[in-house]
Amino acid sequence: MSSSSNEEIRRYAPERSNVDDKEVLAPATKQANIKLSIRKVNAWFGKKHAVKDVSLDVKENSVTAFIGPSGCGKTTLLRCINRMHEMTPGGKSDGKVVLDGLNIYDKSSDPAIIKRRIGMVFQKPNPFPTMSIYDNVAAGLKLNGVRDKKLIHDIVEQSLVEAALWEEVKNELHMPGMGLSGGQQQRLCIARALAMQPEILLMDEPTSALDPIASSKIEELVQHLKEHLTIIIVTHNMQQAARVSEYTAFMYIGELIEYDQTKDLFKNPHKELTEKYISGRFG
Amino acid sequence: MTSGSVHINTDIKEKVSSFLVGDRKRRKIGDKLFHGLVIGTAAYTLLIIVIVVVSVGLGSAKIFSYEGFIGFVTGTNWNAVEGRESYGALPYIIGTLMSSGIALLIGVPMSIGIAFFLSEMAPSRLSSPLSFVIELLAAVPSIIYGLWALFVFRFLIKDWIETPLYNTLGPYIPFFNQAPFGLDVFTAGIVLAIMIIPIVSSISRDVMRAVPNTQREAAYSLGATRWETARIAVFPYGKSGLLGASILGFGRAVGETMLVTLIIGNAIGPAAIPTTLFSQSQTLSSLIANEFNEASSDLQLSALIGLGAVLLLLTMIINVVARLMVSKMVKVSPGDRE
Amino acid sequence: MNNDNEHKEGQEKISKEKSLNTSINYRQVFDDISSKYTSRRRITNKVVSIVAIVFVIGAIIPLGSILLEVIKNGIAVISIQFLTQPPGSIGSGSGGIGPAIQGTLITVGLASLIGAPIGILSGIYLSEYAPAGSAKGGRERAISFFANTIRLFNDVLTGLPSIVIGIVGYVTIVLAINSFSVWAGAFALSIIMIPIISRVTEETLKLVPNSLREAGYSLGISKSKITLFIVLKNAKDGVLTGVILAISRIAGETAPLIMTILGTSLFFTSLTGPVDALPLRIWRLASQPYESAHAFGWGAALVLILMILILSASLRIIARGRGIKVRTETI
Repeated sequence: MSSSSNEEIRRYAPERSNVDDKEVLAPATKQANIKLSIRKVNAWFGKKHAVKDVSLDVKENSVTAFIGPSGCGKTTLLRCINRMHEMTPGGKSDGKVVLDGLNIYDKSSDPAIIKRRIGMVFQKPNPFPTMSIYDNVAAGLKLNGVRDKKLIHDIVEQSLVEAALWEEVKNELHMPGMGLSGGQQQRLCIARALAMQPEILLMDEPTSALDPIASSKIEELVQHLKEHLTIIIVTHNMQQAARVSEYTAFMYIGELIEYDQTKDLFKNPHKELTEKYISGRFG
Repeated sequence: MTSGSVHINTDIKEKVSSFLVGDRKRRKIGDKLFHGLVIGTAAYTLLIIVIVVVSVGLGSAKIFSYEGFIGFVTGTNWNAVEGRESYGALPYIIGTLMSSGIALLIGVPMSIGIAFFLSEMAPSRLSSPLSFVIELLAAVPSIIYGLWALFVFRFLIKDWIETPLYNTLGPYIPFFNQAPFGLDVFTAGIVLAIMIIPIVSSISRDVMRAVPNTQREAAYSLGATRWETARIAVFPYGKSGLLGASILGFGRAVGETMLVTLIIGNAIGPAAIPTTLFSQSQTLSSLIANEFNEASSDLQLSALIGLGAVLLLLTMIINVVARLMVSKMVKVSPGDRE
Repeated sequence: MNNDNEHKEGQEKISKEKSLNTSINYRQVFDDISSKYTSRRRITNKVVSIVAIVFVIGAIIPLGSILLEVIKNGIAVISIQFLTQPPGSIGSGSGGIGPAIQGTLITVGLASLIGAPIGILSGIYLSEYAPAGSAKGGRERAISFFANTIRLFNDVLTGLPSIVIGIVGYVTIVLAINSFSVWAGAFALSIIMIPIISRVTEETLKLVPNSLREAGYSLGISKSKITLFIVLKNAKDGVLTGVILAISRIAGETAPLIMTILGTSLFFTSLTGPVDALPLRIWRLASQPYESAHAFGWGAALVLILMILILSASLRIIARGRGIKVRTETI
């Protein structure tokens, strides 16, 4: 999309942002309610340009959904936010992702701290197979050097409670995590991410491998978690985006086409592409 | 949903983040050290190769300066008597190639037949226990093959194969015209064949299994029989892999020591050149094993290491060629990487 | 290419036209021919199948015979005294193979202490730090070149005759300390182990799903810890099978021991002195001209084969139970 057409979409929604690129860079600047600002992010897989010049802001304690047909770059964009994209072989990215005034792509920023502040949940539940339920939740803390047993214990319990899994597993914490059902495994992964006390939770199609009942439990959970977390969720399911999110970004072939409040985007999209997509005419 | 019990514990949050802040340097150093360690151990392989080449080279320097490389490789004498010392590797090179060649001639067709059976004919109910048995054959140490060959098999082969061959063909073909004794290049070749069958047949089986089913289906759909399918669709597709497997087996046979030492007859000097199928002979490795602890002079020791150098050269060439051919066919499974 | 296609198309056209006109005739001709050949083809197929089955049986008979002879002849001499005593005087038929069993355990144990960590770490490098993907940049290309060189050299090492490795142990250690020694034997055997373990480790680590590494990264865990506590921990059974495989391979090695540990009829005294080993003892006993020595040789062979079969069986039980595929024969 050329910059002229950016006028039409609500540029950088949530609010018609007056945050200038320069201002965002200044560490002192912290826009009220804006948790995360993505500016001109590009990402490549080898030679394939997967994300093109995307800029958007994410509001604190809200749920933002990335939608679009498969291969549109929504997952790649999500993985740029916590610098996971550069871990993939051939993955390269540039641009700025500003978290509370701190550019996470800055040389001085510590990848471990970024990942503590920005948690991630994956498409397929991926609990560590060799670890018990308890150890799965504690893994991030233990392997990052937390030794305080009491603290770990408290956090494990709190995280499982927050992930709405505590009641189901509290008597079998030392059973292997792989023994749980698919939906429980995914909530275990959420608890594992929550244990790091993140401020943002990235969810990459977290329900695509689950049955409808397990999916609705996760959706319900997302609604609770946003009370003290900022959530970004990638989904290929438009109904899900409509149900759980306040803001929706529609992407197509690597570009951000439209970004708006969810209800506006679904009710009266400004772009023809968006309208075509949400009415199911392609994708 | 038990959201009532959820409350943000800022205390916990600070505690957790305090563990990470300021810890970056230590983590980085830990990562770097580990990275260095694994690179170092991987590079150790390169170091070993260098050590192998250098120590074999140093050990054999004396003999190569005494006889010259060409002189050593083409010489036939093996005389350790002081003042008349003369060392040549040719008889043992011939002995090695001949016993391994016999192993190849017998072992490869059998192995490919076995692989054909395991991959194309047998139901998995039968083929997996059979594969297991053949793998067991691979686990038996060669010294035990040697023991068995020396005390059991050589009498069988002498009475049932060698003597009839000698009686029927001996009078007409010089190659068979020597009264068989059971400890000779032919016996060594046969036992080597038995020893390489597990390796060659299991790689061949893997190569055949790697042939896509669409190839077979195309042949079957034209009404081809199982054998025709293998001949038209499977063998040509896996040609280089099968060839590689055979060369790998040849390499094994060339390098084998103990079993040969016990059954090849241990001839020395020009007498070790096999003139008939039933000649006593000697291979490069068997002579090293036989004489290493009895070497009477530094020059003899160096000559033995010189045999090792020739063997090293021979097997390196064989193996590199074979591995390149097999790896073209059977790739290391790439796992779950996206 | 184009010409070929045109040619084919042309042929097809012709054959189509012909077959349209005289389709019944052609079918009949084909049926006639094929019925003539079918029986011959069936016979060929039968013959080949029978030959293949004969080959399979031909490969199994030696195994059966070896096991039978070793058990039959070995059991006759096995006794507590045989397993624990040092050999008596040559040809006397007294004593046992105690030092050989002890020496094998010591030499193989020491070789494993050297070879297993190095093999595992080098396998970790090849799998986790030098992925064999398409390399773009200069640095990545250098890494992948380095890793491929190591893979090739591992293969070359696997193919080296063990007697040459014995020469290496002799030149580097025996000549240096001027004594046959356990160290030299263990060093030589570790050279045989390392490429096996490295390769099995690389292959099993590659089977660990990438999603687990990603989960680790997303928690901010450092790469070394992900590798050790998540990836390696997940693949530990596979790595263990690699180590057992390597041990069972070196336990039966004889040739490199001739020029490193030499063999002795005494019990172990020091790591810098000679020691006995089962395969070496079998060889020496088989080479003696006494019936009693041969009987002892069979006994030692039974002990050795039991050790190796137990290792192999445990390896297979671990591998089967965990669905690990190890190409035991090829390495």
